[in-house]
Amino acid sequence: MSVIIPQLSVGLSIASILLIVALGLAIIYGTMGVINLAHGEFVMLGAYAVWFLQTYLGIGLIACLLLVFAFVGGVGWLVERLLIRHLYKRPLDTILATWGVGVILQQTIRLSVGPELRYVKMPDFLTSSVHFFGYEESAYRIFIFVLAVALVLITYFLFFRTEFGLRLRAVTQNPEIARCFGINAGLTYSLTFAYGAGLAGIAGSLVSPLKSVSPDMGTPYVVDAFLVVVVGGVQSLLGTVASSYLIGQVSGVLAFISNDTMAKALVFFGVVVLIRLFPRGLFAMRVRRS
Amino acid sequence: MSYNRRKFLKGTAAVGAASAVSFPHLWMKDASLAHAAAGEIKIGVLYSLTGTTAIIETSLNQATILAIEEINAAGGINGMKIVPVIEDPASDPATFAQKARKLVVGDKCVSVFGSYTSASRKAVLPVFEKYNNLYWYPTLYEGRECSKNVIYTGAVPNQQQKDFVPWLVKNFGKKFYLIGSNYIYPKEENNVCKILLKRLGGEVVGEEYVPLGHSEFAAVINKFKETQPNVIFSTVVGDSVVALHRQYKAAGLDPKKMPMASLTTSEEEIAAMGGEFAAGHFTSAPYFMSYDSPENHKFVEAFQKRWGKGKTTNFVSEPAYFQVYLFKQAVEKLGKTEFTPPAIRVASWNQEFKAPEGLVKISAQNSHTYLWPKIGEAQTSGQFKIIEQSKEWVEPLPYWAYPGQVCTPDGLVQKKT
Repeated sequence: MSVIIPQLSVGLSIASILLIVALGLAIIYGTMGVINLAHGEFVMLGAYAVWFLQTYLGIGLIACLLLVFAFVGGVGWLVERLLIRHLYKRPLDTILATWGVGVILQQTIRLSVGPELRYVKMPDFLTSSVHFFGYEESAYRIFIFVLAVALVLITYFLFFRTEFGLRLRAVTQNPEIARCFGINAGLTYSLTFAYGAGLAGIAGSLVSPLKSVSPDMGTPYVVDAFLVVVVGGVQSLLGTVASSYLIGQVSGVLAFISNDTMAKALVFFGVVVLIRLFPRGLFAMRVRRS
Repeated sequence: MSYNRRKFLKGTAAVGAASAVSFPHLWMKDASLAHAAAGEIKIGVLYSLTGTTAIIETSLNQATILAIEEINAAGGINGMKIVPVIEDPASDPATFAQKARKLVVGDKCVSVFGSYTSASRKAVLPVFEKYNNLYWYPTLYEGRECSKNVIYTGAVPNQQQKDFVPWLVKNFGKKFYLIGSNYIYPKEENNVCKILLKRLGGEVVGEEYVPLGHSEFAAVINKFKETQPNVIFSTVVGDSVVALHRQYKAAGLDPKKMPMASLTTSEEEIAAMGGEFAAGHFTSAPYFMSYDSPENHKFVEAFQKRWGKGKTTNFVSEPAYFQVYLFKQAVEKLGKTEFTPPAIRVASWNQEFKAPEGLVKISAQNSHTYLWPKIGEAQTSGQFKIIEQSKEWVEPLPYWAYPGQVCTPDGLVQKKT
């Protein structure tokens, strides 16, 4: 028992961070088929937004979250309107285009703010640690876990219980027929991209007090997010949740048994094997794609 | 487009002519050694201003420029002004090599000051050895190198750890957990640490390496909790330092019982992680910004006046600063208006200079530098409180952990046992 609780805790913690980063990407890739390689930079923008708001306007982390969502969502909206919407029929070109956007965002931040590591303050009431079952866990990590669950529930509610969600699902299945029904597919796509970007921004702001803020912090996140999405299966919210838990827990256990370098290598290897056996991910939806 | 012989010959001739024009040193017979002439001394400044290591290398660039400006304002060297040729290798070792070649061959610099990572130093080494130029390397590193074309002004493991490890064992205990980033520097430092621990009867309860830039330490911290070391000997670098410290504190660990002892955490990293996450941990280095000496106060004041009030100096920018002065002394000793890099190297041996950290000297034996190790405890203010300092300078021994090898003025010598 004394080994299981810490392991579970570590696994859930890593998984919740993976989940909030991957959720936005899963939405964008799942609904629009856009491979957004700038996703890591949206995470980075969220972190810098929080740093800026905290350092220059004195706003605390929790109060920042909505502002950051709006800001990074706005950036996502712009990217979609100006660039992505011209590339829906050309999926390979979206890879290059979004990679370029990512590089531009990275260098813009580096040139304007500077390359130094930046400091984001944790909210005071979360800096302590919490005892449960004889184990001590950081309160902040528990907070991230709670927020991850909340974001998944909000997303589920948005997608399956609202008009917008209905329209989005229609457009995902078949944009042309959806348009015949009077749905504004372009607007739906823009809003979805903005939502996914906003989620990435929130992920960045949540992660920043625990890790560091630098212009190139985004790249490892986009890699991890893609692993989650690929393993979980496209278009499946449950798949994203399940695969982030799976990857997080396995990483945690392997890192404990051996070390983090080995864990990372083995996780990649495991994902490759998994994809070979389940090419469309663990929870692939059976949809007839036109 | 049909490709016929005429087109092929034309194309090849054009490419050949273009390359001959753009790389003239390919066919110039006079690929002479760099030397100073025409009343100015050209030196290369090779620190990354962009890229992942720009964060710290910018401060090295700034310290070097400060020293050059001070020397020029005081009249230069033997009446000649130093002209810096500044290049930005963008944190990429291949670009380091390319820029080094440009500085040595194209600009004919008599010396180049540069590099932070060992990877970049190893990448430029062939350039300096081929053209017999001189590279001044200010960064603490893993030792085990003995090039006749490099002067090393940063600390080597025996200088970093000779006092530090016994002090840690005496004050905290014998169980050490070694954690580092996964490359050569942490591995060599840990090697030395293990040898020292063995002599003191200490025990290594864990040794592990995380990928460069890794920021998820939940599993590692769990291992700390499980193995309960007395000291966490940390050689992680860059972003990992910040992440490890923050997650350590968030997990409720106590630096009074299980402090992190580092060779790489400087005032820069503390500024990035926040003072309260750094407080109570220790670093061993020859220099801290808070060191109380007239030379250091002058240095910090001048640095902040030149580059901005909030700037910090650290144990890499201080050697970058004093090595320019050692260069100046070496060239002054030559007293001529024409001199070559090998001559500068010989003239630099046994040069002493009152650096911000204390009196330093370049060893004639291995071209490394005698330094003054200190142990600092990080404070919430972002500065270090110096707990211990070495009573005398410590001789650099880059092959301390390898008794069969010794670095001599002519290069590495294997001792026949």
